[in-house]
Amino acid sequence: MKKSYKIDVDCANCANKMEEAAKKTEGVKDATVNFMMLKMNVEFDENADVKAVMKDVLKNCKRVEDDCEIYI
Amino acid sequence: MTKKQKKMLVRIIVSALLIVALKVVGSFVEINRYLEFALYMIPYFVIGYDILRKAFLGIKNKQVFDENFLMAVATVGAIALGDYIEGVAVMLFYQIGELFQSYAVGKSRRNISELMDIRPDYANIEVDGELRQVDPDEVEIGTVIVVTPGEKVPIDGVVTEGESSLNTSALTGESVPREVKAGDEIISGCINLSGVIRIKTTKEFGESTVSKILDLVENATSKKSHSENFISKFAHYYTPAVCYSALALAIIPSIINLIIGNQAGFGTWIYRALTFLVISCPCAVVISVPLSFFAGIGGASKAGVLVKGSNYLETLSKTKYVLFDKTGTMTKGVFEVVGVHDNTIDKNHLIELAAYAESYSTHPISKSLQAAYGKEIDKSRISDVKEISGHGVIAKVDGKEVAAGNGKLMDMLGIKYTECEQVGTKVHIALDGKYAGHILISDVIKSTSKQAIAELKSAGVKKTVMLTGDASDVAKQVADELGIDEVYSELLPDDKVSKVEEYLSKKGEKEKLAFVGDGINDAPVLSRADIGIAMGAMGSDAAIEAADIVLMDDDPLKIAKAIKISKKCLGIVYENIIFALGVKLVCLILGALGIANMWVAIFADVGVMVIAVLNAIRVLMVKKL
Repeated sequence: MKKSYKIDVDCANCANKMEEAAKKTEGVKDATVNFMMLKMNVEFDENADVKAVMKDVLKNCKRVEDDCEIYI
Repeated sequence: MTKKQKKMLVRIIVSALLIVALKVVGSFVEINRYLEFALYMIPYFVIGYDILRKAFLGIKNKQVFDENFLMAVATVGAIALGDYIEGVAVMLFYQIGELFQSYAVGKSRRNISELMDIRPDYANIEVDGELRQVDPDEVEIGTVIVVTPGEKVPIDGVVTEGESSLNTSALTGESVPREVKAGDEIISGCINLSGVIRIKTTKEFGESTVSKILDLVENATSKKSHSENFISKFAHYYTPAVCYSALALAIIPSIINLIIGNQAGFGTWIYRALTFLVISCPCAVVISVPLSFFAGIGGASKAGVLVKGSNYLETLSKTKYVLFDKTGTMTKGVFEVVGVHDNTIDKNHLIELAAYAESYSTHPISKSLQAAYGKEIDKSRISDVKEISGHGVIAKVDGKEVAAGNGKLMDMLGIKYTECEQVGTKVHIALDGKYAGHILISDVIKSTSKQAIAELKSAGVKKTVMLTGDASDVAKQVADELGIDEVYSELLPDDKVSKVEEYLSKKGEKEKLAFVGDGINDAPVLSRADIGIAMGAMGSDAAIEAADIVLMDDDPLKIAKAIKISKKCLGIVYENIIFALGVKLVCLILGALGIANMWVAIFADVGVMVIAVLNAIRVLMVKKL
């Protein structure tokens, strides 16, 4: 399953870091962050609990870039 | 400016004023060293508290080596060495740079989104004689919607009532308005300019052109190019590498000095190491490369060229071979009367007779005759229509017998006719058993096709090749007229794929091959080529699906334009990479040698970023390409 989320982040490098962090999150098959459109596209593993996974994604992103936001 | 940016601007102004004030006061009054330190700490924390906090959080979360860390170490280090002004100034300029970057990126983000701002907010439906605004998502197929002047057409459909002109520039880049009347198909995303029209919807909002295009454009920059991947990989290794070099620079020379018995000079070497850290910030490159691609995709869509990803823009710029389909790509794909030959009666009268005789037929040939005649058919003037399948029509027009058809019809009627040497379909006409001449009908080459081929050559394309299912004489004639290098005719869709594969295996590694087609039956070829370019996406879903690049209108000139935009974009990307890395490298060397001080380092960081961002925005200017 794929979903797209609006995000807020200030710098391009931070967006790259968010992408890395999201990719490494359990339950996420693939993730891309589009800094220019301020969007994060997440592809979830099958049977993943989307809400719980996104909570983890946000937590992991906050760890690498304190100033970021994902509008879940 | 956003709230965040305004707040930052205030912080920058306040701390800048404080620094100036301290400097001025300091030059008049002797201030105690401890007091001076305490006073400089005020602007330092005003401007840098968030950076320090982030650096601290970064260390706590094991995310060292980001820009915040670099800046924190560099400024704290400079202050520890007693260079208060430099420490605070580095932080100040870093923040100015960040503010500029965020403003510039936000601005171009808005600019580009405005270009693509074709999303309709509502649809008008009429309920009990009153217009009601509803969410376009809720409108079902077959509903009649009303579009008043100034509004966007929200959903694809057919005009049922009213006449108007439409501005399609957001979709096609074409500035000449398109006229529509009842019965015409209409696509969403156009702006209604003059009259009120009613439209019966033929698609749901989600399936309408406007939604598809928005979806495509919004996801475009998610597909990353090699250059972008290179940069994020580069940033990944670069920052730690510079940090370790800085550490080495701070320690090793001093220790060597100690060993050989000189003064250690810790202060000097630590200062040099700190300038290293300031220079090392990778922002300039990291921001300018995706920004250039984003601007390139935005600029292209302004010109009516939709690019599905930065990677395609990159591949397109290396295009050396362009293969294309004939019908619908280089020619209009509709039949038109192109000439009247050997006529014994007036040319217009001949067309009139033919149009009347064929008026009951729905064949494309008949349609083109009606179009050439251009007037209403008065059915009472025709009688005794006899259609002879595979030959033509015999009918009475104004009481005279008119036979219109191919050579076989003339043979059948025993009428001598002249063969036409030109390529195309011929309609021979006989009036009361006597030959009256023939009308030549053929697919017409688009007015810009010839120029398009020439432009492709000037855009650096090595070879243009036409692949067509059409007869060889027709294909040859078109190819000669347009100046196409090679032509293959009478190909089935499978043959086209194998031809493309043949060229793919022949070309060099770095040379890319593009295929241009109208998408509907070219889907397999479009996906096989390095770059599939679909023409005239208006209405054709297959085109949008199969292609990597979609030309919104039918103009073949846009092929060359797309290539030129991609070249400009990639040119700027390389410029930025080379410029930013070059300046940084030079400054790093100068810093290590002690020639570049902290101020040069600030330029290498902030100045380079500002220039790179401004350069990236230049991609948006595509009008003159």
